[in-house]
Amino acid sequence: MSLGTPGYQAPAVEITGVSKTFGAGPGAVLALSDITMTVGAGEFVSLIGPSGCGKSTLLRIIADLLPATTGMIRVNGDSPHQARMSRRYGFAFQQAGLLDWRTVLANVELPLQLHGVKSAERRRRGLELLETVGLTDFAAHRPPQLSGGMQQRVAIARALAERPALLLMDEPFGALDEMTRERMQDELVRIAAETGAAVVFVTHSIPEAVFLSDRVVVMSPRPGRIAAIVPSGVRRSLTADRSDPAGTAVRESPEFFATITRVREALRGRGDSAAAAGAVDAGAPDAGAVDASALDAGDGAPDAARGAL
Amino acid sequence: MLRSVGRSVAPPLLFGIAFLALWQLFVQFKGIQPYVLPAPSAIWTAFVNDRPRILIAARNTGLNALVGLLGGTAAAFALAALVVRVRVVDEMFTPLVAALATIPIVALAPLLNIVYPSTSALPRQIVVAISAFVPVFMNTVRGLRQISAVHAELMASYAASGVAILRTIRIPGALPFVFTGLRIAASLSVIAAVVTEYFGGLQNGLGTRITSAVAATNYPRAWASVLGAVLLGLLFYLVALAIESLAMRGRLSTR
Repeated sequence: MSLGTPGYQAPAVEITGVSKTFGAGPGAVLALSDITMTVGAGEFVSLIGPSGCGKSTLLRIIADLLPATTGMIRVNGDSPHQARMSRRYGFAFQQAGLLDWRTVLANVELPLQLHGVKSAERRRRGLELLETVGLTDFAAHRPPQLSGGMQQRVAIARALAERPALLLMDEPFGALDEMTRERMQDELVRIAAETGAAVVFVTHSIPEAVFLSDRVVVMSPRPGRIAAIVPSGVRRSLTADRSDPAGTAVRESPEFFATITRVREALRGRGDSAAAAGAVDAGAPDAGAVDASALDAGDGAPDAARGAL
Repeated sequence: MLRSVGRSVAPPLLFGIAFLALWQLFVQFKGIQPYVLPAPSAIWTAFVNDRPRILIAARNTGLNALVGLLGGTAAAFALAALVVRVRVVDEMFTPLVAALATIPIVALAPLLNIVYPSTSALPRQIVVAISAFVPVFMNTVRGLRQISAVHAELMASYAASGVAILRTIRIPGALPFVFTGLRIAASLSVIAAVVTEYFGGLQNGLGTRITSAVAATNYPRAWASVLGAVLLGLLFYLVALAIESLAMRGRLSTR
């Protein structure tokens, strides 16, 4: 369904009827079953669910790190393979995955170096990215000298190096303590707004998903499938004026808690979620209308920021 | 840097001095005969008197060790690169090298001496090369193989080629392993070079000096050549260590 706005862009991700089976024969495991969802350009979508629900698998299928067994995927209108080959997405993993023998700056420059960007340009872009994640002073440090949160910021800067329109993140803050985690969330919100990138964010944390996302995709396991899609957008509605960069107001708003409750009920299982997710079920036509309006409300700011960057 | 070197060198140095002092006292006060165990002072005197000849012998043995070490290391790198890239080669060679590691390679020396003319240093260098090959190969393969899942996925997400992955991840990641192998190989090459000389052939190295001194019951002189071999081994080890710290400068030791 089209957003119907002028300057229409292809959705960042379009997934239609995707399933994934690991192995073959009697030992085969159905990891994902009939996944259909769309991530709009500039939209922030979280995938949440218990272990084994296939959320990381789905992320890797979008990234073309795993092949889908059936179904169709489009990343910016192209196949995932084309998107990977032309580096149209950035990926941030649960572990930062930095190269310990390189400086922080050289780590951020890695994708640019691999893709033949000249060293002067690389350095300029690397320093710009370190400024974005607030690590300019650590350019010459080595990753083992940094805290876990700082390493993850370097990894995010690296994922942003080639100005992707899509950022795929697999529990990037999973290993961080709660305080650092909230600070990183605030920072990610700012970075996503500044770059205008769409984000698909895998997480275990309900508050994290609700805080960050425009929509929360709730998945259930065995086989992995979409149980409900809960519109959030709490942050977008409250921080349009950017008066509260710490995000505290969002996290303390009644709307935030109400959305957390809705996601929790959707997670709890079929009995409860049937009622809770009724209006926002995966394929329901009116869910799209809700999402589109939630998006429109928040889209002005990222667009302005995109122009500035 | 200098202070850390001092700190790591001082304890073994102190221990060594104390050990030598105890040895000297033990030999002197227990009245141990020189043919059983000479005093360090007697060994040192023999070493100083024999110095020019020990130096020449050490140069000959050292050259064999160096040629063998370089040859073995080069072969190890080449085969390791092949084994990591080509599966068939891996299946053919890796079990063979594992078997090679269990046989005493110096035992080949007398046989190779028969194959080559007695004036040739080549059989010794071959034995050294095989000895050095094993640890370098094993460690290099292990280093090149171990690539963390997150790095593999990261490089896949960049659509990086095999060569690019080798250059940016595998080789830098393998370096600590390579140098571990190289350090082992450096000491091993001197041991192999000395011991192969025990089995005849050219009479120009430290090993032959040791056997001839023992045959002439000149034990302090034999020990002086042993000291020469120890110093040569130490030199090889230190050079390997210096190359390692040069190549790894800027990296933080994480272990």
